[in-house]
Amino acid sequence: MLADKDRIFRNIYGFHDSGLKGAIRRGAWDGTKLLIDKGHDWIINEVKASGLRGRGGAGFPTGLKWSFMPKADARPSYLVINADESEPGSCKDREILRHDAHLLIEGALIASYAMRAHTSYIYVRGEYIREREALQRAIDEAYAAKLIGKGNVHGWDFDCFVHHGAGAYICGEETALLESLEGKKGQPRLKPPFPANVGLYGAPTTINNVESIAVVPDILRRGATWFASLGKPNNTGTKLFQISGHVEKPCVVEEEMGIPLRELLERHCGGVRGGWDNLLAVIPGGSSVPLVPAHMCDDLGMDFDSLSKVKSGLGTAAIIVMDKSADPIKAIARISYFYKHESCGQCTPCREGTGWMWRVLERMAEGRAEKREIDLLFEVSKQVEGHTICALGDAAAWPVQGLIRHFRPLIEERIDQYARSHQQAAE
Amino acid sequence: MAVRRLDPEQPPRFDFTPENAAWAQATIANYPPGKQASAVIPLLWRAQEQNGGWTSEPAMRVIADMLGMAYIRVYEIATFYTMFQLSPVGKVAHVQVCGTTPCMLRGSGALIEVCKNRIAEQSHELSADGKFSWEEVECLGSCANAPMVEIWSDTYEDLTAESFSALLDGFAKGKPPKPGSQTGRTASCPAGGPTTLTDPTLYDGSGVGAWQKRFMEAAATAAPAPAAPPSAAAAPKPPQINPGVAALIANSGLVPELQARGSAGGAAMPVKDLEALKAQAKAGLLPGAQMPPIAAAPPASGDVVPEKPTLLAAPRDGKADELGLIWGVADKLEAKMNALGVWHFDQIAAWTPAHVAWFEHAMEGFKGRIARDKWIEQCKKLAAGWRPEGSVGERPKG
Repeated sequence: MLADKDRIFRNIYGFHDSGLKGAIRRGAWDGTKLLIDKGHDWIINEVKASGLRGRGGAGFPTGLKWSFMPKADARPSYLVINADESEPGSCKDREILRHDAHLLIEGALIASYAMRAHTSYIYVRGEYIREREALQRAIDEAYAAKLIGKGNVHGWDFDCFVHHGAGAYICGEETALLESLEGKKGQPRLKPPFPANVGLYGAPTTINNVESIAVVPDILRRGATWFASLGKPNNTGTKLFQISGHVEKPCVVEEEMGIPLRELLERHCGGVRGGWDNLLAVIPGGSSVPLVPAHMCDDLGMDFDSLSKVKSGLGTAAIIVMDKSADPIKAIARISYFYKHESCGQCTPCREGTGWMWRVLERMAEGRAEKREIDLLFEVSKQVEGHTICALGDAAAWPVQGLIRHFRPLIEERIDQYARSHQQAAE
Repeated sequence: MAVRRLDPEQPPRFDFTPENAAWAQATIANYPPGKQASAVIPLLWRAQEQNGGWTSEPAMRVIADMLGMAYIRVYEIATFYTMFQLSPVGKVAHVQVCGTTPCMLRGSGALIEVCKNRIAEQSHELSADGKFSWEEVECLGSCANAPMVEIWSDTYEDLTAESFSALLDGFAKGKPPKPGSQTGRTASCPAGGPTTLTDPTLYDGSGVGAWQKRFMEAAATAAPAPAAPPSAAAAPKPPQINPGVAALIANSGLVPELQARGSAGGAAMPVKDLEALKAQAKAGLLPGAQMPPIAAAPPASGDVVPEKPTLLAAPRDGKADELGLIWGVADKLEAKMNALGVWHFDQIAAWTPAHVAWFEHAMEGFKGRIARDKWIEQCKKLAAGWRPEGSVGERPKG
């Protein structure tokens, strides 16, 4: 188990003072000037060496992403922080925003300096109203203490603004977020050009997840080698895991990357409801990743590479646990409804496909379907996947494919059952 | 997508209160000059709060005028973002019940039943006394505290049908309970107390500054930086990749390849090369490249076990066949095929169904196309020297 001293988020549950004083006592804003004085490239190289991969779901190396930003450009550069946490299962950024916001603001300053940006926008999802207020309080404190702002003690002018959305999942997609931030509908942009070239207001922009930015100050203080020594190669560091669904004690907890799923659930969550043998399946990384059935969970490690080996993904490390009382078809049908509701409507395969998949799955949950429709559904999901501007199409297709891959017999059984009961009714 | 329309009955006008108008000007100043449209969501939200929880059409026009936006642009925003209520909501409470899978698994269905019984049968419908309304919303991001509802600015978590009923009673009496978990736990800490963060030294300030020793020591022992070895310049440098392209590659899992080539700046990589790179990665030809899980999955249906056909690193005698002559193959596809190691008509002509399956898997989104377009038949003819009339090939008959 990760030692307490190696945890970055020390106030994740809000037991302690989340204000500036408390944060400083826990080690935030400690020697930030010293880190900034090491220079732009040192910071980027250190983050690269730490092996930090983006915590928003895609797992792209953060330091590498930063290095795409132009070094000399007449346009201003922007750092945009994605706090539009809306992936079903995910609830980690919320805790950072309301309890450990100073880590985020300090990270935003350091990251902005590394990328030569003077302005950062934090895009908080609309529903996080109290979280937004808490973040704004922390920012105001930082301004008042001259930690950020014009002419601050760190010698790098830096403004940090909180922006918010109004209930659109799609705005968590980076280019949709930029559109939304510019005051438009959140419809993803075609790439290229990529945000590092043409981003917010047509200027170079990097978009990072809240957790990716908030861990940076601690990585720099303790050293890239410290962070890289935790977890597994290519999957380094610590991670906020969010466990929901059928466990005894759902929670958010910071653990080492690669921790076995079973250990995570039993150590922190009181185990699966009704014991490990009562596990049916888990969705290991938020609603977009395919589920993993129980028989593959025994030695499952919670990191990017281990989960992609079982054809799923770490995503945001939002673990949705289903015990044997759950109906996986209904659970996935509900996820399909989510994607139908959240499709921005821009690309036809997604706009039409998400609704179609949901309607078929709703019938399959009842058994009111034909067996050949299972293949048809799979086929259609493949036509949605990869044929849209953004990844929402893929995210809608993957859970459906996962369900068919692992629970086909159940779907067939339900279809038979339905047919039998209706045959009797007809006779 | 959801169909959302403005309410047929609208108030005659809307004006921000002086405090809100001042707040709006301060908010607009958060964005660069000329980019005031960015403030549209915050302003609409403030208008909705002022207006008793819903956004009226006159408010949209007022905001459009303030921000120099066309009315339709603000209507678009108000109808796109689902937190903007387009009809009046309950005066005491508008209940947003999260119904997405993590909450569903822990019993949000029972909460919705309570809403139907106590408030109104349909969502967005006002209760008989006009005090309450409800809707089922998509994930509110409090999954470790499921099931939960949000009323105005606060969330009420860890609910059951009973505690939710009590919550509604509280609102009806004007005494809503304390927000947050209704079972008494703190935030998303495991019930019964934390399993982590129990070390008191984390909170006594003893750790502050200790890490700086590392930097002091490093500064003290730092030797003068060694000069760059002269051979570095002579080593062949891999072509640089345009940052945009680099990000695209990154999304497809080609990070190691990217690192090998260096990253920032540089000339744009030709699209052909990029396609080739992606195709190679997909076929597992690049060391260390990992594709997203699904792309790497073997085909789930069909009984043919894919088998890798014979591939060539380069065309024989340095001269590739013009694969574009196959009807259904264009430049882009040709580049991908070359990248995989397919250069000649006779290679394709010799494919077995297992080879076809392998190739279709490697190309993704390709299923059935080779058979449909009769590639093998076409290639047999092409390999024998036959040439179609047009440059795009000739559609196979039948």
